[in-house]
Amino acid sequence: MPINYYIFLSLALFCIGIVGVLTRRNAIIIFMCIEIMLNAVNLLLVAFSKMHHLKNAAINATAGTDGQIFVFFIMVVAAAEVSVGLAIIVMMYRNIHSVDVNFLNRLKH
Amino acid sequence: MNITQIIFWILSVVALFSALMVITARNPVYSVLWLIATFFSISGHYILLNAQFLAIVNIIVYAGAIMVLFLFVIMLMNLNKESEPRKHRLLKLAGAVSGGSLLLVLVAALRDTDLKHEHALVNEGNIGLIQNLGKELFSTYTVPFEISSVLFLSAMVGAVVIGKKE
Amino acid sequence: MTGVIGCGVVLASFVLSIMVFLQVKDGHSQVVDYFNFINVGDLKISFAFQLDQLSSLFLLIITGVGFLIHVYSISYMQEENPGQFGRYFSFLNLFIFSMLLLVMGANYVIMFIGWEGVGLCSYLLIGYWFKNNEFNKAANKAFIMNRIGDLAFLIALFWLIAKIGTVSYSEVFSATNLARLKSSDITIITLLLFTGAAGKSAQIPLYTWLPDAMAGPTPVSALIHAATMVTAGIYMIARSNALYSLSQISMNVVAITGLATAILAATIALKQNDIKKVLAYSTVSQLGYMFLALGVGAYSAGVFHVMTHAFFKALLFLAAGSVIHAMGGEQDIRKMGGLSKKIKITYITFLIGCIAIAGIPPFSGFFSKDAILLAVFEHNKILYVIALLGALLTAFYMFRLLFIVFTGAFRGTDEQKDHTHESPGAMTIPMIILAILSVLGGLVGIPEVFMHGGDKLTAFLAPVIPLQAGEIVSHNTELILMAISSLLVIGVVVFAWFLFRKTRFSESKGLGKVLENKWYVDELYEKIFVKPLNKLGAFFNSVFERSVIDDLVNGVGRLVNYGSRQLRLLQSGQVGSYVLLMVVSMVLIFILQFFIRK
Repeated sequence: MPINYYIFLSLALFCIGIVGVLTRRNAIIIFMCIEIMLNAVNLLLVAFSKMHHLKNAAINATAGTDGQIFVFFIMVVAAAEVSVGLAIIVMMYRNIHSVDVNFLNRLKH
Repeated sequence: MNITQIIFWILSVVALFSALMVITARNPVYSVLWLIATFFSISGHYILLNAQFLAIVNIIVYAGAIMVLFLFVIMLMNLNKESEPRKHRLLKLAGAVSGGSLLLVLVAALRDTDLKHEHALVNEGNIGLIQNLGKELFSTYTVPFEISSVLFLSAMVGAVVIGKKE
Repeated sequence: MTGVIGCGVVLASFVLSIMVFLQVKDGHSQVVDYFNFINVGDLKISFAFQLDQLSSLFLLIITGVGFLIHVYSISYMQEENPGQFGRYFSFLNLFIFSMLLLVMGANYVIMFIGWEGVGLCSYLLIGYWFKNNEFNKAANKAFIMNRIGDLAFLIALFWLIAKIGTVSYSEVFSATNLARLKSSDITIITLLLFTGAAGKSAQIPLYTWLPDAMAGPTPVSALIHAATMVTAGIYMIARSNALYSLSQISMNVVAITGLATAILAATIALKQNDIKKVLAYSTVSQLGYMFLALGVGAYSAGVFHVMTHAFFKALLFLAAGSVIHAMGGEQDIRKMGGLSKKIKITYITFLIGCIAIAGIPPFSGFFSKDAILLAVFEHNKILYVIALLGALLTAFYMFRLLFIVFTGAFRGTDEQKDHTHESPGAMTIPMIILAILSVLGGLVGIPEVFMHGGDKLTAFLAPVIPLQAGEIVSHNTELILMAISSLLVIGVVVFAWFLFRKTRFSESKGLGKVLENKWYVDELYEKIFVKPLNKLGAFFNSVFERSVIDDLVNGVGRLVNYGSRQLRLLQSGQVGSYVLLMVVSMVLIFILQFFIRK
């Protein structure tokens, strides 16, 4: 598969995530869009890892493993992030009875 | 066009469509469901690239654990209706336009890179198998792996502290 | 105590100057480089002093005559209260310091520092009695006139730097650098330098400040006129002789300006009734002679005249100060007369000064003036006749002053008559020393015709000022010229004796009135420059300032206010808008990165 296909697919997914963050106000959906962006990056990493493997397999039988290990760690961090993030959203809902980010304008003060 | 390419295109279309549905669906519950579909199609891509371990982890961790957590929170807060107030149309448009122009700029920039003629190995190669990754993870990456467990612990403590009633 | 310190430091400088002079006399000229003063790009200006024949001679004049004036000042200024006395001496010392800096600098920038320094000190000292507004105006006038010259000097410096990138004497006057300068550049630079010199040394058209500078205390006038300040211009041109010799146009301008100034000032001096004003115009006139000498290429004759002039003009001013002191502050000669018996020492010294300045042999003025006249004669016969006429005028107005003040009947009040007394020793001793110098000072430059190798000064200055190869006048002609000028001067003195022995003062008419009013030059300047400038200033104040500057300043303030009010909208606190801006910026950065920087 040409690597360009994977690059453009990932870019498209990433930008969809960005558009979601920009257009939605529900904190949970914004959070989900961030997950889409993370996954787009993961997909690209795996694709690059396989590309690297294809090029260097003759020299090193396990070339490209690092990329996939990296994806694994990203998933670990994402899981931790989701747990903390959802806790924050729950607390926010408890305090202002909404998950609308537009109510979170305390940064002004 | 062989079978691999056909599967690639189908999976890509499904991933993009469901991702679009995630950001356009009114009901948060639908968004979550579409997101699960996205994750499954990405997992499909992983299998296509013969990264079986990551495909399985993606389904278990993301589609399984994380999305259930999302659903759980939504149900708990009773947000499963179209309760989101409308954003300004102008702001929405601005968001879409700027996101789109970002895509445009990046695509234009990366269209003719040196990578143009590179290929990703599909269906073959055993680096994505659990045997290889496991060996690597517990030899070269032992320390980061152990530290990630500390990260989980701190995340858990953090979530409990933030979530508990004062 | 103040006076002792003030005089002591100058005396110390004088002793050091003598030591420097002796070293230089043995041929030890040198440039002492202290540190790098200005270092910009390729331009390197070091803080360096140059001790050679020319500067050591000026050092001697400045510190020697300056010291005598300091001593005189102690007594003259003793009625001032101690605080003012201290102020006076600090200014006086600063004046000497600036002048020393001016003559010792090894490049034009150091000279310029001293140049500005003497300008500042002259302002401070002329306006010393700052409670009198007229005096302040005189000080302002001196300062502003000097500024005009200084600007020209500064432009000349920039021109030099732009063309050859150096201001140090040794480099500017080196043959390679002179060859690099186009002749038009040299003419412009020398003319600009001359404008600077005209400001400092009171030449047409910038001379009017010097007579007004009489507002300061008399010793200050002596200092300005004799030892410092006005000689700066002569020094500068003598120093730059290598440049001037290459531009015939500049030389002619210098000569003609000098001669015109000499005649103009001499005619004005004929009808002045203030003792110090007469001396002031005489200074302007003598400076004109010096410039005339420089202009015809007789640099050493010009410097010689600076030296002798320093002696007799300092003497005349100090003697005039003594007369004013004796008369209780009276400066109008119409109210004096018959003072010769009452203040004998002053009379004799003043007489010596007059003889010296008139150029009667064998007093010092004769030798220096004769050297100038001879050089002019070699150069151009017409100029010589005019210059000789000026010399006769000099003799006439000086002896007019002498006779009016010291002979005839006393015309002051009775109180002044009883009060009149000789000045104390601290004042008379400097006068006596200067009188001796005025008599003997000319002996360093005896012309060839009287004594072979008698012109020691020219020989001494030869390393700095190359001898000019001009038309050599035969010894016979030279003797005849000397005899003519001497006899004419003596004739004029006798004529003045008959005219002013018994003085009658009447209202001046016709030309006399014009002369009394100094050719109305001050009024002319007032009309041409001062009034229009004032009007322009008023216009700018009322129209430009109000409508343009104010609006500009307020407009900037309003713009900032408006802009910040608009910018505040960006800080909405809405996370969404921040993210949007972030993405937009990312897009811009990517565009910049990928498409534009390629």
